[in-house]
Amino acid sequence: MDEILFNIRLLLDFPIVNLKIIIDGIMIGALFALAAYGLALVWGVMNVKNLAQGDFVIAGGYVAYSLNQVGIYPLLGVPLAFVIMWGIGWVIYKTIITRVIERDLFTSLLATFGLAIMMAQIMNLIFGSDTQSVDLGLPTWFLGPSGIIDLPAAKVIGVAMATVLAIAVVIFMKHSRMGQAIRATAQDSRAARVMGIDTEKVYAFTFSLNAAICGAAGAIIVMIWVIQPFYGITYSVRAFVVVTAAGIGNLPGVIAAGLGIGAAEQYGGHIFGIGYQQAIAVVLLLIVLFVRLMQQRRIRQVLK
Amino acid sequence: MKLVTNLLGAAAVIGLSVSAASAMECDTIKLGAAISLTGKYATNGVNTKDGYEFAIQKIKDSGGVKVGDKCYNFEVTYYDDESKGDRGATLAERLINQDGMQYMLGPYSSGLTTAIAPVTEKYGIPMVEAEGASRSLFNKGYKYLFAVLSTSEQYLASAIALAAEKAKEQGKDPSEVTVAVAVENDPFSLDIRAGILEDAEKYGMKIVVDEKLPRDLSDMTSILTKVKLVKPDVLVVSGHSKGAATAVRQIAEQGVSVPLIAMTHCESADVVGNFGESAENILCSTQWDETLTYEDPIFGTASNYNTEVKSSFPAYADRAVPYQTAQASAAVYVFADAFQRAGSLDKDAVRDALAETDMMTFYGGVKFSEAGNNVAKPMVLRQIQNGEYKVVAPSDFAAAELVWPRP
Repeated sequence: MDEILFNIRLLLDFPIVNLKIIIDGIMIGALFALAAYGLALVWGVMNVKNLAQGDFVIAGGYVAYSLNQVGIYPLLGVPLAFVIMWGIGWVIYKTIITRVIERDLFTSLLATFGLAIMMAQIMNLIFGSDTQSVDLGLPTWFLGPSGIIDLPAAKVIGVAMATVLAIAVVIFMKHSRMGQAIRATAQDSRAARVMGIDTEKVYAFTFSLNAAICGAAGAIIVMIWVIQPFYGITYSVRAFVVVTAAGIGNLPGVIAAGLGIGAAEQYGGHIFGIGYQQAIAVVLLLIVLFVRLMQQRRIRQVLK
Repeated sequence: MKLVTNLLGAAAVIGLSVSAASAMECDTIKLGAAISLTGKYATNGVNTKDGYEFAIQKIKDSGGVKVGDKCYNFEVTYYDDESKGDRGATLAERLINQDGMQYMLGPYSSGLTTAIAPVTEKYGIPMVEAEGASRSLFNKGYKYLFAVLSTSEQYLASAIALAAEKAKEQGKDPSEVTVAVAVENDPFSLDIRAGILEDAEKYGMKIVVDEKLPRDLSDMTSILTKVKLVKPDVLVVSGHSKGAATAVRQIAEQGVSVPLIAMTHCESADVVGNFGESAENILCSTQWDETLTYEDPIFGTASNYNTEVKSSFPAYADRAVPYQTAQASAAVYVFADAFQRAGSLDKDAVRDALAETDMMTFYGGVKFSEAGNNVAKPMVLRQIQNGEYKVVAPSDFAAAELVWPRP
């Protein structure tokens, strides 16, 4: 308790720290938002809740790491991871997901859960269980009194790339033929089929796009944090929290929730100790579910 | 890639063993071991296994273990515990009950050792372990558990002594020193924290940050922000290799300046290779270093051990042999010594001989306390200087001067 009070006092004594915490949170949250957007896409279009979401992120990180090992400039790893993970996503769709897509919820959960375990173990066999990262060797900019706000160039670039990717995906979904087909399928796959949309193709495309988005996020993560074969679950949990909070098919909501969770976690980590950082995300999820349920109950009462 | 080099290493050892076996006809003593070949401890699990295998080969080459007038070679049955405690305990049961093992070598990590020790204890099977440092292993009154390594509360305690020494040099009282502690929330790191807190209290130092890192940690900015605000004199980090990697990267990124930073697992995180400059002047604890002057008749000097392991296992060609490998070899050596002194294969006679062990090895002295931990070997602190690990503490073995304060 003393410690919590001490931590809160630090925040009050050094108000600038609040800004730093929010900036850190937004930088982390931007990547959660990317992974969550991919999850929302697959969830909304195919009604598959992909438990391997975080493992796609980590796989993307390892793709970028391996490319860096053979001498490719780390920043190029992001688009390359996007492309390579697209291919991996397509293969996984064709071998596994296509078989569970029409089945009930339980089957697809089980299949993607198995996929998550498989991916983590395969990465562990190939890369070993040590943490890996790619160092860009870029400087850090310090702002504020005694340089309390640090902006590592690598993080800034990473967040910028995440933003560009998010905008590109939004424009694509709004204006391209395929984007329209995806949205149509999400609204009503039966009607979309009647209208001549090849939903199988749309599903394959959506799943691959999700893997690619995760891959790019992972490639950014390996530049600014560290990855390890078993870290996928942390990203899966966050992605689920974000999507549950924001709802599927609500992109601004996903982004806002992603950034918000990032910031809330940083605050939680600062005040209650870093050990509780993840607990914050889960507590938020509980609160969101609770509030949603209350809202729905109210609506139902009105309908009676 | 790593798998391939490991296989090559194993092939090299097998190649050696064929030529040796034809020269000498010895019986075998079977040892059992559950070891983490997959899962999160796989890297160090393999390091441990390599250490066992190398020592077995060396002992074989030097004429085997002489028990009475017969000679024996060790042979180990390994099972993969997948880095999971419950699996480890099940495998230990299987090794003892189904495979009839009378003696065991330890698994990797304190957690696994904690899971397996009650099983070996129940059946009265002597186990020499080299990778479980948690002090909770040595307050349960176990009679059949022996550990060659220093217990975990000693890991970073010497950093506190160093800080006190430096404070005195500056004409300050050690009680003015402030300490920040960030350790993972697992038994091993919590022991380290206990050791630090104990020693800090002895000097009257103040703990200003005391945080527990989550297990799947990839970000510790909020701790480092706090450290930046309260400006401690000592920062201690322990969170296995992911903790070391994250800490080194983010300390540099956030421009955190603390005069003395000490952590564990720098080697397994390869902080020098991954982060270069950022890792400069960080203190790292180690059980063993190849520049130490320990020596024994089987393995020769510490540096000789290092060279020979490198040539037998190509996986270590481009890095120093980790202490996890060295202590695993030491455990096998201790077992061999106990068998010879016991003069019998009876497990209780071997257990009694183990309890009386008092020997020098390339890894350091080995002498077990009542509780089974090794009290003859101190912990070593190394500082990263110009990308190399230099022993700076304890000062008796120090090959280099401590660079202090860290900029």
